[in-house]
Amino acid sequence: MARRLILSGNDAAAEAMRQIDPDVVAAFPITPQTELMHKFAEFVADGDVKAEFVLVESEHSAMSATVGASAAGARAMTATSANGLALMWEIVYIAASMRLPIVMPVINRALSGPINIHCDHSDTMGCRDSSWIQLYSESAQEAYDNVLQAIKIAEHPDVLLPVMVTFDGFIISHTAEVLEVLEDDEARKWAGEYTAKYSLLNTDDPVTFGPLDLQDYYFEHKRQQVEAMKNARGVIREVGAAYGKLSGRSYDLIESYRLEDADTALVALGSTAGTTKVVIDELREAGRKVGLLKLRAFRPFPGEEIKAALAGVKTVGVLDRAVSFGAPGGPLEKEIKAALYGGEQTVGNFVYGLGGRDMSMGDIKSVFDELDAISAGKQSVDEPRFVGVRG
Amino acid sequence: MSQMMEIRWHARGGQGAKTASLLLAAAAAMEGKYSQGFPDYGPERMGAPMRGFTRISEEPIRVHCAIYSPQIVIVLDDTLVSAVDITAGTDEDAIIIVNTVKTPAEIRAEIGKPGRTIHTVNATGIAIDEIGRPIPNAPMLGALIKIKPLLGLETVNNQIKKKFSHGFRPEVLEGNIRAIQRAFEEVVSE
Repeated sequence: MARRLILSGNDAAAEAMRQIDPDVVAAFPITPQTELMHKFAEFVADGDVKAEFVLVESEHSAMSATVGASAAGARAMTATSANGLALMWEIVYIAASMRLPIVMPVINRALSGPINIHCDHSDTMGCRDSSWIQLYSESAQEAYDNVLQAIKIAEHPDVLLPVMVTFDGFIISHTAEVLEVLEDDEARKWAGEYTAKYSLLNTDDPVTFGPLDLQDYYFEHKRQQVEAMKNARGVIREVGAAYGKLSGRSYDLIESYRLEDADTALVALGSTAGTTKVVIDELREAGRKVGLLKLRAFRPFPGEEIKAALAGVKTVGVLDRAVSFGAPGGPLEKEIKAALYGGEQTVGNFVYGLGGRDMSMGDIKSVFDELDAISAGKQSVDEPRFVGVRG
Repeated sequence: MSQMMEIRWHARGGQGAKTASLLLAAAAAMEGKYSQGFPDYGPERMGAPMRGFTRISEEPIRVHCAIYSPQIVIVLDDTLVSAVDITAGTDEDAIIIVNTVKTPAEIRAEIGKPGRTIHTVNATGIAIDEIGRPIPNAPMLGALIKIKPLLGLETVNNQIKKKFSHGFRPEVLEGNIRAIQRAFEEVVSE
């Protein structure tokens, strides 16, 4: 039996962490992540969890403590946003290369400067090459569900990679909305007991983590990370299906919305996907054949699935909530284009919502209108467009 | 699809609009409805104009953008009526409820627009009488339920009880419940 609650995205992720009750959580506060760890600290103080809660002096230390705990065989978690993630940077890569199944909610926020606390995806897009799995969440419900699934994906013996569960700062993290959570016993059974394959503390089977790795083996270890990321594609789907049996909510690498007969489609990540679905329903009523491809997994990138889902679409608009300065398009658009290479589709790029600029239903409609103009050959797709920006 | 109700709260920092927007959403969820509650997160200071938002629907809510065309506007500080555009995005069917000692006709003169129904209640006065502090958010919920019965008054009271069950003296809870009831009874329409 599920319980129906109203929670902010932060509280929803904290609720999943309470039910998982990891061995170690290390954290340093940064807006908009602060309330998540505030809530988890309450669970610690009230004795609702047994987790060792480590208050550190920076995000570099938060990730370092999480790495240490995970290498010692603990189920370890942290969470952060934007500049906090930037300060972790060095250790983010190390966590992945040490193959530590850490789970970290990242509450998406614009990287400074100028300083801004609101949502965009510049933080997580920046570490797309760090060998962390990235799952984007549309709602508080998905933030909760993704945290529960992330531990099973990360800890799978064919994967052993850390997972970022992302959700949009303020738009999801600070909006209270209705969701269903599992009963504690169901969630605990799902999470199960974690036994690390290797542990620094197991003196019967001594191992070394993080030694010098020069021309002799560094390349082989990187090659193994490539393989693990490939394996993650199947594991994410398996875990998503198993979670569906448990909760009634199945998950895949991508989600197609009214794409079957669509001529025009948007590709989106995060909370804007939900708003886009509502716009699509309205435009469909007016007779327009429009649809959405939502990416849940950005890493590993589900290129084949995207190609299949967009096979019948003529014009594709890719929504990027981040800029890749000096590049021909946004980080998502470049990869979508690569996935569609050789196909017939025309692809336009729309950068939107930087620094929390709202993406209204009207904005999304105007993007569909521009895609129609592109389809009719009245506009070119040479340059990215910037939704709602002045000047 | 049944219509989604969108409500915008205008207040000054410290008057409890964030709490009210979230509390109304939580009360709606108690009735099995779907809801969202969220404030604007700008550089709020005590006394600065701010906004809160509530959505209530019978269906799951997928939209995650700001509210641009609210059916209901609730104003917790009547100095905002002339300071900010409280009618922005509203159509002539909108409901406007203002915390003020003025009459609806006086507020209409300040707004200077036809249509929309205007309702007033002295929520600050009620809060001072019943709670002992000039926090008008809870009584405004009572006025709202009277003008537009989105939820049962009992549901709102139960949500208030839940919110004030930890860390508050029983007098605070009882004062809030009385304030809600009084505003429910005392709100005046054109």
